[in-house]
Amino acid sequence: MCSDFTKVVDKNNIAVITWNCLDKSMNTMTEGGLRSFQQLVTEALSEKKIKGIIITSGKADFSGGMDLSTLEALKRNSGSDPASKIFEYIMEAHGLLRKIELGKMDDTSQSKPVAFAGGGICAGIGTEIGLACHRRFFSSSKRSKIGLPEILVGLFPGLGGTTRIPRMMGLMGASSVLLEGKLFTSEKAKSIGLVDEVVSEDELIKKATDWILSVSPQELVKPWDQKGFKFPGGAPYHPSGFMSFVGGSALVNGKTKGLYFSAKALLSSVYEGALVDFDSALRIEARWFTKVLMTDTCTNMARTLFLNKSALEKGQKRPSGVNETNLKQISVIGSGMMGSGIAYASILQGLEVLLIDQNMEAAEAGKTKIAMLLSESVKRKKLSEEEKIRLLQKVKPASSLEKISNSDLVIEAVFEDLKLKHNLYQKIEPHLKDSAILASNTSTLPIKKLSEVLADNTRFIGIHFFSPVDRMNLVELIKSEKTNDYALAVALDYTSMIKKTPIVVNDSRGFYANRCIIPYINEGLRMLSEGVEAALIENSAKQIGMPVGPLQLLDELSVSLALNVAKETREALGGKYEETGTESILLEMSKKSRLGRKELAGFYEYDEKGRRLKLWEGLKKIKVQKTSTNITTVSVKNRLAYVQALEAVRAFEENILLSVEEGDVGGILGWGCLIWAGGPFSWLDHVGHENVVVECQGLSDKYGDRFTPPKIIKELASSGGKFYN
Amino acid sequence: MEGAYIYDTVRSPRGRGKNGSLNELTAVALSAKILEELRERNNLNTQEIEDVIWGNVTQVGEQGGCLARSAVIAANYSESTPGLSINRFCASGLEAVNLATNQVRGSAGNAYVAGGVEMMSRVPMGSDGAAIAVDPTLAMNSYFVPQGISADILATKYGFSRDDVDAFAVESQKRATAARKSGYFKKSIALIKDQNNLTILEEDEYIRPETSMQSLGGLEPSFKNMGEVMPGFDAVALLKYPEFEKINHVHHAGNSSGIVDGAAAVLIGNKEFGKKNGLKPRARIVATSKIGTDPTIMLTGPLPATEKVLKLSGMSIKDIDLFEVNEAFASVPLSFMEHFGVEHEKVNVNGGAIAMGHPLGATGAMLLGTALDELERTGKSTALTTLCVASGMGASTIIEKV
Repeated sequence: MCSDFTKVVDKNNIAVITWNCLDKSMNTMTEGGLRSFQQLVTEALSEKKIKGIIITSGKADFSGGMDLSTLEALKRNSGSDPASKIFEYIMEAHGLLRKIELGKMDDTSQSKPVAFAGGGICAGIGTEIGLACHRRFFSSSKRSKIGLPEILVGLFPGLGGTTRIPRMMGLMGASSVLLEGKLFTSEKAKSIGLVDEVVSEDELIKKATDWILSVSPQELVKPWDQKGFKFPGGAPYHPSGFMSFVGGSALVNGKTKGLYFSAKALLSSVYEGALVDFDSALRIEARWFTKVLMTDTCTNMARTLFLNKSALEKGQKRPSGVNETNLKQISVIGSGMMGSGIAYASILQGLEVLLIDQNMEAAEAGKTKIAMLLSESVKRKKLSEEEKIRLLQKVKPASSLEKISNSDLVIEAVFEDLKLKHNLYQKIEPHLKDSAILASNTSTLPIKKLSEVLADNTRFIGIHFFSPVDRMNLVELIKSEKTNDYALAVALDYTSMIKKTPIVVNDSRGFYANRCIIPYINEGLRMLSEGVEAALIENSAKQIGMPVGPLQLLDELSVSLALNVAKETREALGGKYEETGTESILLEMSKKSRLGRKELAGFYEYDEKGRRLKLWEGLKKIKVQKTSTNITTVSVKNRLAYVQALEAVRAFEENILLSVEEGDVGGILGWGCLIWAGGPFSWLDHVGHENVVVECQGLSDKYGDRFTPPKIIKELASSGGKFYN
Repeated sequence: MEGAYIYDTVRSPRGRGKNGSLNELTAVALSAKILEELRERNNLNTQEIEDVIWGNVTQVGEQGGCLARSAVIAANYSESTPGLSINRFCASGLEAVNLATNQVRGSAGNAYVAGGVEMMSRVPMGSDGAAIAVDPTLAMNSYFVPQGISADILATKYGFSRDDVDAFAVESQKRATAARKSGYFKKSIALIKDQNNLTILEEDEYIRPETSMQSLGGLEPSFKNMGEVMPGFDAVALLKYPEFEKINHVHHAGNSSGIVDGAAAVLIGNKEFGKKNGLKPRARIVATSKIGTDPTIMLTGPLPATEKVLKLSGMSIKDIDLFEVNEAFASVPLSFMEHFGVEHEKVNVNGGAIAMGHPLGATGAMLLGTALDELERTGKSTALTTLCVASGMGASTIIEKV
């Protein structure tokens, strides 16, 4: 039998069931684990002499939740009828948790108290086990956090959380737990009723024991198992609950654009469950949860954001032959928004940072930016004032390059100008220590071209951060054909240290992310020049799940930047440059001095504080090049989605992007591409490649070659295959 | 096919929903008073009545349990007369008439009483629940938004400004005030009296003659907050209509229909019924229609319902002398006029629900009576009555004076 759970009976005849997956750093629930837990609980509840049960963890963390690969395997291995197997499995888990909740195996026996004694990270089924217990003791340690984050990876709390939480907190109270997927600190968790007592870690078992020995049988009956239970805040058709439920659907629909099936299923499960008794409600929850697990967009989202993202974070792409490096100090050259952001992310994780600019004044200004970010964290109570001061001391502003000789990594983050960078590299190289590597934060310039001036271009790499660095977790690492494994390993160790998610790509103009974002913006501009309503473009973009529409995005990036990029690309490509059909709009905007949000005038109108008010009225008067006919929301949405996704596929085909897993993680974290479907590649799988070919061929005939289905898609269409098998 | 005729129409005055005169009456009591009045005026042998079809929207509590049958018993009609409560939201009163009409045409009995009641001051709107609003699966898949948001979507679609809808509301008040003063409503109105024969209410009491653009201008739009802030219904609306940048919130209590109490009844029968009972038909019911439409914008039903009823009758919009288009919200009659190119002089000539209120289950029957009274008063011939209906429906009826 699986040994993830063990049981010891103590001197008080209390059964202590301990969860400790020996082969893993974090407890996650597997099929075998559930069986062994089930057996131990059954024994403890059945044995006459046992007075009560304590459920705890053998690790500092209680649990990370369900092992998602278990669910995948369950689905894969259940033949032609996976839904029935999954439903059965969930119902079995419900049955077990329900026995814990009732404290007995059958109606004839007396209830035994069951206490939850956990701490550290407690998520998903870990939390749901706690919810079934009669009393939850949670560690007061600072790192302790508890919650139900399933919704954030495309699922929902499907082992009773969705049924129990609203019955504990009402619909309104439940929404931050279920729909926002927050993890709560111990104190916060206690204040909302997620845990009952917050105690120091070493007292968890003692407090739980004391409670078991003193609790009365009446206290063990959950409110929903008592006569006359009323749904807190009002059930759906109770006057006080009515508006919460009506509003709940609207809120979720509006925020998720109706794209996230798991959020819909969650709300439906709560509503339908609220109208029946507890056990029927659990069955309803299990049916919806099964549906979620059978819905490809939900499980694809979990695959990308849970399994594949964490694999990348754990160093999946790190070259195996290089010993672990131990970075202590880095240098960041250029103390603008990107440079200071990189420095900020680095000091947070304990690195010393030399922040270098042309003069001390500029370097100090960079440090001030970092201080402001830290103050924000103090304001939001994420940091203490002392921690802020201690962290800020790790930033050393400087104006000379000589000091970089102590740095393990030097990141250049200056203006995107090839000559400027070349000049700088030549000055840097002599000061680099032997084990150090040099990196550029360029977002578009080819790495090989940048490294041409170096004597040793094997230890040069692109480390492309996204703006704003403090909030964007993706880092694109770009290898030129010269970059060696050591440089890549250092870059990966660094991104791991600063808790960012890396993808590794090959060298080319725009790498992966920008290569895909630019066509998205361009497609918006093209449609505008075809006379498509700006509102329809922006709203359609949001309806395919993009965080911002193409016109708003360009306002953020600035129209002049787009013109510059176009100009540079044209210069670089010479005769090979193809007009994108967007130049006239950009020039027109530039002529009218509508350059973006910084100038308080762009595709949108802004107030003096830069708050977006509405689309610029003048857009209606912009000269339309050709008038599109038959514009439908579907065609606008398709153009905006395919133009990114096909570019991602081309990057993969051209070996710039090295895996579809990185393509999906990078797409989601880099520019919010089709999150609800698990990223661009998962989305194409979801649409089905035969459909993709038909739709894209249609778009290609009408709008141009950029929609011509890439070869790999055609192959998948004819073979019936998928990117993920 | 038999012809269906209107022999008489009776209605209560509309009582203010808040602190109004009819608030003290039960739904069954007011219904019974109207049924009694219809009987007395026409010296009806109620054994001749095949059925009483009674529109009512919020069928819970005192309005629940098939109020129609309760009202028939309370009014002391013949025991053999049954009762049928129906709900097509705001068009229930008209739908009752249309159902009765088509029963008569299909030779299922000679005569019907059709109408309805709504005691909005006593049984709050929405207190009967509504899956389309509350059930997440349905609400999300159908892009449910409350009616007020729908009215604002309609205004956005047609480009009606706040001034447009307010001006319409002022005109409704002006017309209703003039009509009441001139006694145009008296023919159909039943005085509502208590058990001592003391008068409780004799005329519509919701009208505000002093209404002006200035007084309306001070009112905050009612649905802006729920649309833009909490819970944010506009975001749902934009999912359905991505061509709009935002929803223009123009409706408020002053340009939307009033919350009132009221009841109305229409006596419908075939030719034979008139002959047998010595009653003279007042109008022929030419055609009826009902239709389902987009549930999110919800209130566009009068357009296709009218097109449908015109087609059925072989008439064109120009053949209609008078229109009653229920003023659920100002944007509804405004969009009707714009869509059909009908001038305001023919529409709601004596004001509408913005001025007088909209007792949900009764309004359709009331409007039909108002239209018929006006045809008789002015010597005109044809009238079309239409209402928008919640969840995206519409109903229309064309009558011709005999």
